[in-house]
Amino acid sequence: MISALAIMALGAVVLGAALGYASIRFRVEGDPLVEKIEAILPQTQCGQCGYPGCKPYAAAISAGEADINLCPPGGMDGVRKLADLLGREVKPLEAEEKPKQIAIIDEQTCIGCTLCIQACPVDAIVGAAKQMHTIIEPLCTGCELCVKPCPVECISMQPIAENIDNWKWKYPVFEIKRAA
Amino acid sequence: MLAKLFRFKGGVKPQTNKAISVHEPIGRAPLPARLFVPLHQSIGGAPNPLVQAGDSVLKGQLIGAADAWVSAAVHAPTSGRVLAVEEHVAAHPSGLPTLCVVIEPDGRDEWIERRPVDHHSLPPERVRELLRDAGVVGLGGAAFPSHAKLTPARAVAMEHLVINGAECEPFMTCDDMLMRERADEIVRGIAIFRELLSAREVLIGIEDNKQEAIAAMQEAVLRLAPDYRVVAVPTRYPAGGAKQLIRVLTGKEVPASRRSTELGVQCFNVATVYTAYRALACGEPVLSRIVTLTGNVERPRNWEVWLGTPMREVVALARPRADSSSFLMGGPMMGFEIPDLDAPVVKATNCIIAASPALFPPPPPEMPCIRCGACAEACPHELQPFELYWFARARNFGKTQEYYIFDCIECGCCSYVCPSHIPLVQYFRFAKSEIWAREREKQAADAAKERFELRNARAEREQAEKAERLARAASAKASEKRAPPDPGNKPAPESAPAVDQPPAAAGEVAMTAGDAEAIRKAAIAAAIERARSQRESAQPRNTDRLSAGQQREIAAVEARRAARSTAATAAASGTAAATDSGGAAVPPAGSRRDD
Ligand code: SF4
Ligand code: SF4
Ligand code: SF4
Ligand code: SF4
Repeated sequence: MISALAIMALGAVVLGAALGYASIRFRVEGDPLVEKIEAILPQTQCGQCGYPGCKPYAAAISAGEADINLCPPGGMDGVRKLADLLGREVKPLEAEEKPKQIAIIDEQTCIGCTLCIQACPVDAIVGAAKQMHTIIEPLCTGCELCVKPCPVECISMQPIAENIDNWKWKYPVFEIKRAA
Repeated sequence: MLAKLFRFKGGVKPQTNKAISVHEPIGRAPLPARLFVPLHQSIGGAPNPLVQAGDSVLKGQLIGAADAWVSAAVHAPTSGRVLAVEEHVAAHPSGLPTLCVVIEPDGRDEWIERRPVDHHSLPPERVRELLRDAGVVGLGGAAFPSHAKLTPARAVAMEHLVINGAECEPFMTCDDMLMRERADEIVRGIAIFRELLSAREVLIGIEDNKQEAIAAMQEAVLRLAPDYRVVAVPTRYPAGGAKQLIRVLTGKEVPASRRSTELGVQCFNVATVYTAYRALACGEPVLSRIVTLTGNVERPRNWEVWLGTPMREVVALARPRADSSSFLMGGPMMGFEIPDLDAPVVKATNCIIAASPALFPPPPPEMPCIRCGACAEACPHELQPFELYWFARARNFGKTQEYYIFDCIECGCCSYVCPSHIPLVQYFRFAKSEIWAREREKQAADAAKERFELRNARAEREQAEKAERLARAASAKASEKRAPPDPGNKPAPESAPAVDQPPAAAGEVAMTAGDAEAIRKAAIAAAIERARSQRESAQPRNTDRLSAGQQREIAAVEARRAARSTAATAAASGTAAATDSGGAAVPPAGSRRDD
């Protein structure tokens, strides 16, 4: 009886030590949940969620401070994925969903003030003081942050047109006959 | 001929309907009034236009150069004048436009100087380059640049070169007629490919419903290269799929994730081989292709059509019957409905079928899947189409990938057999293009995240540097106060970015951060005011008062930009556009602010 207890106690101590060691040795750096949430967010870095970028918003969601329906660029799709990941209810988006856009600088009007360069979170604008500026289209995330700072209002947002390269097959729509 | 043949799983036997279009020999289609030659005709990069409106071109002249290794050149099909380089509706299910070179033929059909080469005397890399520059692509319908398939794998010796003359798609007879009429050139072309790949054995697979083609090829092989084997393969759709034909002829199963070269086989279409031979031995790039015109028409026949000919004019040659309701490009199994007959014939246009309600009755309404499994039995890739369908329909794309949706070749066998008339392939196409789009978005998001983080790191570094500078300047000023003021003694203004220090503040190094901010704001306000008044007085133009040279340069830039506006896909091209339009004086943002 005593020996049985001793064996069980010894087992508990050994396993406890192993677990304790493992938790230190294999500690996960960073917060995996924040990373998972961030992977779902669109990385537009626009701040429309009320946080200064996608990562802070991800951190806020993971801490339970923010709701999952605050990111307009992510759209309903994003909300659904977040709900899936976090096991929360799907909610309608706080703002309306917009088609994906990119910014265009009217290069004739640009005065070369460099203010838009400073606003762009992803360095998608090239230019220099008193030189015409332009936007590198493939890098622009469409966050609209450069629109307001422009003193001569030469930046406009334009929806990305459908072309052969981004065209998608449509969801097949057919009449489904009621089974008799 | 007694070789052991293998079987591929699944497949169907639709009515072939091939006999109607083989009565007449291949005809030569007349030159149209205008040719619309799309620059992007093959898988891979979009060639850049080399001509502009007003240029005159000769037949065979390069008008679009390959811009990457997987890309193929485009040539003028006849001599004439370039009317424009503009967007024109493409031979694509979307009916969206693509960049085309519009040529008005002058009727002289005058060749550029043709340079036949002897491929034996050239290194293999050079031959591959020549093929790329002659625009040789897979003419079976996929339009994959052929030279990119002609590099043997290093680790595995090339065992079999499979030449695909199976042409399993119903209605289509263009390869059949080509083999009947031009077998010698095909066999000579095979010799070139065989040498490039150093393949041990050549197998020419032809479905056994094309006896004339088999006879013609056998005769040519006997005369020119007796060690090639012409093999009649059983007629069963899709025997002409590359993987299926490889399986039937060699018994090798090519896994989805690997290329066939890794297993020591490679497969080419007969028409591709033929054009490769013409390109090297005659110096003639790919300017035309053979198109089957069939279906609900008075005169079904094969025509050799100039690339860029509007389909409307091609279709007219066959005299479609009055009740033709639509036209299909490609076969009835894998083809698509042509949204606009103004679209030009391209390298991938192997067949145009006039459809009528009698010929292709509209599909009965879709019924629920009864899980009969017929689709899985018919699938040549041993997929489970009903599972794929279920997940594609529910937009559960992760699951479709788990069920190997990208192994699906969209052959249509599953839709063909489905008793519930479910258009399965349409669901698969939908799912695939959604997955691709998401993949693109994901990549863009990752890139944006990286750039955002780099930018933040840079901003932090700059802030730290600036604080340090200010501290240093403040202490310098404090010590200066005691010494007599001497402007020459002042520390030189830091080479800070212009944006951080407006001109007014540039000299004042001891400015506190708050003052700098105020002055900067004032300067900006002044600039805004100036700009506004300028704008009001006249539309400000930074292109006023230009020298003739600058104007020319700008015109060239604009032309380039217009040409490129369609190809805003690659980041590289975007960067180039930015530097182009900015002129030489604009460094990239990063380097500007790091100096
Ligand atoms: S709204 Fe969305 S895209 Fe914009 S910063 Fe917030 S999480 Fe990122
Ligand atoms: S260019 Fe403008 S819209 Fe585009 S990413 Fe930069 S700030 Fe956002
Ligand atoms: S053939 Fe059609 S009904 Fe039968 S299992 Fe496949 S999808 Fe379902
Ligand atoms: S279309 Fe795809 S799933 Fe259907 S039979 Fe063909 S390969 Fe299989």
